Amino acid sequence: MNETSDSIILDTAERIFSDLCGPQTVNEAEAGKWPQALWDALQESGLPLASVGEEWGGAGASRADGFAVLRLAGRFAAPVPLAETLLAGLLLEKARIPVPPGPLTIAPVVAKGAVAVSPAGLLSGRARRVPFARNAAFIALLAGRGEERFVALLPREGIGLSPGTSLAGEPADDLSFDGLAAARLAPSAIEEEALLALGAALRVQQIAGALEGILEQSISYAGDRTQFGRPIAKFQVIQHNLAMLAGEAAAASAAAQAALEACGKERIDVAALAAAKIRAGEAAGTGAAIAHQVHGAMGFTYEHSLHHRTRRLWAWREEFGNESFWAIRLGQLVAARGAEALWPTLAADL
Amino acid sequence: MTISFRFDPVSLPEAAKALRQEVRAFLRQEIARGGFVPGEGGFSREFSRKVGARGWIGMTWPKRYGGGERSQLERYVVVEEMLACGAPTRGFSTADRQSGPVLLRYGQEEVKEAIVPRIAKGELCFCIGLSEPNSGSDVFAASTRARKAAGGYRVNGRKIWTSNAHEADYMIALLRTSPATGENRRYGLSQFLVDMRAPGISIRPIINLLGRHDFNEVVFDDVFLPDSYLVGDLDMASKQATDELAFERSGPDRWIETFPALVELVRSAGENPDERLAEGIGRAVAQLMILRRMSISVAGMLEAGKTPMVEAALVKDLGTNFEQSLPDKVRLLAPPPQEDDPDANDNRFRAALRHATLIAPKLTIQGGTREVLRGIIARGLGLR
Repeated sequence: MNETSDSIILDTAERIFSDLCGPQTVNEAEAGKWPQALWDALQESGLPLASVGEEWGGAGASRADGFAVLRLAGRFAAPVPLAETLLAGLLLEKARIPVPPGPLTIAPVVAKGAVAVSPAGLLSGRARRVPFARNAAFIALLAGRGEERFVALLPREGIGLSPGTSLAGEPADDLSFDGLAAARLAPSAIEEEALLALGAALRVQQIAGALEGILEQSISYAGDRTQFGRPIAKFQVIQHNLAMLAGEAAAASAAAQAALEACGKERIDVAALAAAKIRAGEAAGTGAAIAHQVHGAMGFTYEHSLHHRTRRLWAWREEFGNESFWAIRLGQLVAARGAEALWPTLAADL
Repeated sequence: MTISFRFDPVSLPEAAKALRQEVRAFLRQEIARGGFVPGEGGFSREFSRKVGARGWIGMTWPKRYGGGERSQLERYVVVEEMLACGAPTRGFSTADRQSGPVLLRYGQEEVKEAIVPRIAKGELCFCIGLSEPNSGSDVFAASTRARKAAGGYRVNGRKIWTSNAHEADYMIALLRTSPATGENRRYGLSQFLVDMRAPGISIRPIINLLGRHDFNEVVFDDVFLPDSYLVGDLDMASKQATDELAFERSGPDRWIETFPALVELVRSAGENPDERLAEGIGRAVAQLMILRRMSISVAGMLEAGKTPMVEAALVKDLGTNFEQSLPDKVRLLAPPPQEDDPDANDNRFRAALRHATLIAPKLTIQGGTREVLRGIIARGLGLR
């Protein structure tokens, strides 16, 4: 199946990010100022829930469109919970719960079975490092009762919140639920593993976008910066470093496509998804290191915007399972199938 | 600014899936009857003819030249299945990948009609005459000279590092027909078909560090080439020689060469490896899956009539670096050998790892060094 995206949606998204998501917006967001104008513009265009069905409150676009918006958001280091809102929307849609407007987030993102739901429908437990929790209007929660899984939707207000930040300086708050009632509660067809995989797929899109961003930024910087009497882009060693950065960006882009297709299968293709998150995570690390080396001391300042993307790359590679986590999972899966199945497994990916 | 490379998403057509099963059945049958030992690769004219008879050489070529008029993606599936099991493809792979397409695109009609159908039948083995003693990565410095003579050209000089020259029936050679000009150092080169049995050609083996005879030095002593053997425009071959590399640089052969070592690692890991070993296997498999996607994407773009030079260079750079680094990763992940275990698996593992380790250095040299590739990518990024 070929997953392609609609250029009108992407043009709209790119215009909004270009107009409303400059470096100043990103810095202000880290200082605690919610980028209301950016969020409003995105929401008015139906972008946060692009690929959620219309009957559930989304825009009814393809999965490819929803993912491509995230990739652009990554390229612009957009400091808004687009991935989290889409993930919450997909979880709610699956549980046949109408998706409320406004920024959303999702829990758990770290530990399995963190929040329990009582027979009376009350939630208790803790969820750690929930992205953008303080900015969210509602939280979609995957809660457990024994082996059963439920999706709970509840307003952010009223949930105990202890603030924290990610490596990127974005909110990553701890939440505590002490016998709170959900606004909506429904059995979930999705378990923690699938939620983690979906979240990983979305992070891969963002990583691919941010790597495109730092490649553009690095090429442009190397052309402007003069040392030893010529632009540093003219030095072969810089050219080779940028060629390697391009390779990592290209690999992350292929990983983003793999993650998209892995989510399009009847059951998420864990092997392909794992491969995508591992490779994108490696690309994030290698790519960010090259971009910084090219930028020299300038890129290490707060003033320069390179860190908007590189810090997000370092945060995103770690979230929803890092390279090590998914590699163990993928390695176990491959080993269980045996040596003779290794090639057929690889060849079945496309 | 927009990024100047793009990997189109692609999926293999249904026809390719059925074809894959057909190729696997053929390979199983050949292995079962002792036609070849899987994993050893190598050269076999008998195997070449069988593959040709199946229609799996020149699959994308026009039917009037013996081709199958099938897609690049179908061809990709056939090639990767053969390489994945280490079939002896050396007798036809160069002609199938490069020489046939070059002849079809630039060759003279009488030559195309005489030669190309025989390639498709698996009857002809080709080699590539690019490198010379003083012209390695600097391909356009070639000085082996083709001088105009009555009815053709006379060739004098030497080619070196020519893989399979000692087995090949023909070479596609890049020869100097005019001096380079001050403004264009790429001017003055022409491509020719060379009959390897022509008088005046002598081939000297160069034994590689595995102790094997793969590449050669080829000496031309007043070798006559008829006019019809000129391939493409006189003096203007640099563009056609570089376009050819988009085909050479992106295929499965650019990431799969050390794959057998990973297969044997998985075998010796057993069903339930510890986390360290599982992680190492998982990381390698992830690299392979994503590389393969990029490589297939290039095949898809070739199919769409594009010339994805930069994308092909990116795939080869990433692919060869990966396949080169794999043996060392496998070495360090390997479970320790058990003294009391007279295990054939361990022997298989050691043999595969030894082979992969020894071939590793060449992987980032052949078909364009890592440094040359990164220069091509840098040019694509607008840096030079």
